Amino acid sequence: MNDQDTPTTGTEVARGDHGDAVRLDDGHVVGTGGLPDRFTNPGLPAHHHRMADVDEAAARRAEKQVATLFGISIVGTLAFIVLYFLLDVEQTVFIPGVGYTSATNAGLGVCLALSMLGIGLGAVHWAKTLMPDHEVVEERHPMRASDAERAEVVRVITEEGGSSQVMRRPLIKYTLGGALGLFAVPLVLQVGGSLGEMPKKSLSLTWWNGGPSGPGEEPTFSPMRLMKDPENVPIKAADVTIGSVYHVMPEGLLPDEETGEGGAEHLLEEKAKAAVLLMRLDPAQIKSQKELDWGYEGIVAYSKICTHVGCPVGLYEQQTHHLLCPCHQSTFDVTQDCKVIFGPAKRPLPQLKITVDDEGYLVSAQPFREAVGPSFWERG
Amino acid sequence: MNALAARRRHPAAIAVLLMIGLFLTGAAYAAVAPEPADATTQALPAQSVEEGKALFRANCASCHGLNAEGRATGDGDEIAGPSLAGVGAAAVDFQVGTGRMPMTAPAVQAARSEEVVFEQEQIDALGAYIASLAPGPSVPSEEAVDPTKGDPAKGGELFRVNCAMCHNFAGSGGALTRGKYAPALRGVEGKHIYEAMQTGPQSMPVFNDDNITPEDKRDVIAFLDTISEQENPGGMTLGSLGPVTEGMFAWVFGLGILVGCAVWLGSKSA
Repeated sequence: MNDQDTPTTGTEVARGDHGDAVRLDDGHVVGTGGLPDRFTNPGLPAHHHRMADVDEAAARRAEKQVATLFGISIVGTLAFIVLYFLLDVEQTVFIPGVGYTSATNAGLGVCLALSMLGIGLGAVHWAKTLMPDHEVVEERHPMRASDAERAEVVRVITEEGGSSQVMRRPLIKYTLGGALGLFAVPLVLQVGGSLGEMPKKSLSLTWWNGGPSGPGEEPTFSPMRLMKDPENVPIKAADVTIGSVYHVMPEGLLPDEETGEGGAEHLLEEKAKAAVLLMRLDPAQIKSQKELDWGYEGIVAYSKICTHVGCPVGLYEQQTHHLLCPCHQSTFDVTQDCKVIFGPAKRPLPQLKITVDDEGYLVSAQPFREAVGPSFWERG
Repeated sequence: MNALAARRRHPAAIAVLLMIGLFLTGAAYAAVAPEPADATTQALPAQSVEEGKALFRANCASCHGLNAEGRATGDGDEIAGPSLAGVGAAAVDFQVGTGRMPMTAPAVQAARSEEVVFEQEQIDALGAYIASLAPGPSVPSEEAVDPTKGDPAKGGELFRVNCAMCHNFAGSGGALTRGKYAPALRGVEGKHIYEAMQTGPQSMPVFNDDNITPEDKRDVIAFLDTISEQENPGGMTLGSLGPVTEGMFAWVFGLGILVGCAVWLGSKSA
């Protein structure tokens, strides 16, 4: 703090008597001198000796502290070995703040932490208190090599490189290039080959197209019942009350619940494409004619796979009719044909056209008219 | 006092002073803070529809209308309270029994409250009155919500498909759109879980008996009961909220310890 920093008290506000603006140089005190020609080198700060360097008692104390830390490590390791044989893997133990937790996880973890921390802390404390405390200044050197060394490098490259005769003997040059270039192929081939077969049309097909929809499959459409997931029972249109939500899989995809037989061969792949959310709204609230036409008396079925990156869009709010994706908060408005009203999704959720069969069960009237889920390169 | 004075320039002095100041302020406030006014009326137990009606008119009609027909605020199509015809005794038992109703003020969502305004007999009377207006789901029996009679494994499967996307895989609750949220399901009575599925309160969709059968509902209750009793082999759950709390913990404590170690390692020893 010097004089220049402190304005004279009372000059920083306009004086009340005549109301003039404050003069900008008011309170400014001109300094006495400019900068000195050069600053003196302050040098290195004085070296302070540590307690342990000057006081033998302190050194002994530090020695004991380091030994204690190493001792903690020894105790931790021994306790680890004991607990390893003592504790059963299934055993639980109550720890305040955590609740009942695995005894081996807690016990072995704490012991191992003590045994490692003891070594680490002891070593650092040892270095900081007892190991030599000389301060050494290392000068920086220029990076550039000496002219003689630089000339030698150039000579080695131009003259001795030439003596390998690689420029004179093109056969060696080209076969070496070929060998090295081809060497990369097996590496790339393994990675490429392990990616599996090309998806072909399978990204645009789902089980609703008529059954298995993997690469190379050519399903033919037939109406399929909408089945409850995970119970795998068909849904009667009359049972779907307004405000209801059903999580739906196509008929034949899920295996039989009792026997575990049947169902899709590639169950997870098929489920990931075919999942559908079924909702019933008051038809008067639906603003899209196509949505009404593709539904049945206000019962509408939409793909549950988000068009952003394919998360299951399951958070349906029955009052606002918003359908929220939990991953990135894309929000779809079910009253407007699942238009995106918020979030990163680009396209509305594809609707599944449904109707009822003779027995009153909900069935699909046609497969999805577009690929479900996120965008991909070949998507039409 | 001299020892204290000598340490007044210690780096921790400001933090210690702050803590003492905060503690004293809090203690002083707690000592002189006014008790919240307790306006709970201890009405006589009422069983009949008539008494339920009287309770309704006194406590609910300002939003739901004198005859539970619902009432508009007059601002667009905004409503003060929906019509209650056909919601059934189950909805009343859920909304009033969990302290959500009566709402003290309009809000984006009625929050669960530990302070239930009415006695169970009064809630039953209100339910009887609402059920008399139009048929609706009734309060489930003790047996229908007994977790010991359900199958927690099947309940877990149903929970993960039908409930987990909003209420979180461990029933910890989660966010919905525009300030609404799905509440945590821990410590909620089985009866109220059942009624919520049956009636679809607020943003929640309806899961009627054809969608999730009464036995399945009991399985879900058994599952929730099981996970609340379960030990945590992995240690602290941090609320079972997934990467949000876990990441926060790692950033604050993990990185905090690392920074502390780095400062200690880099500091001069004398």
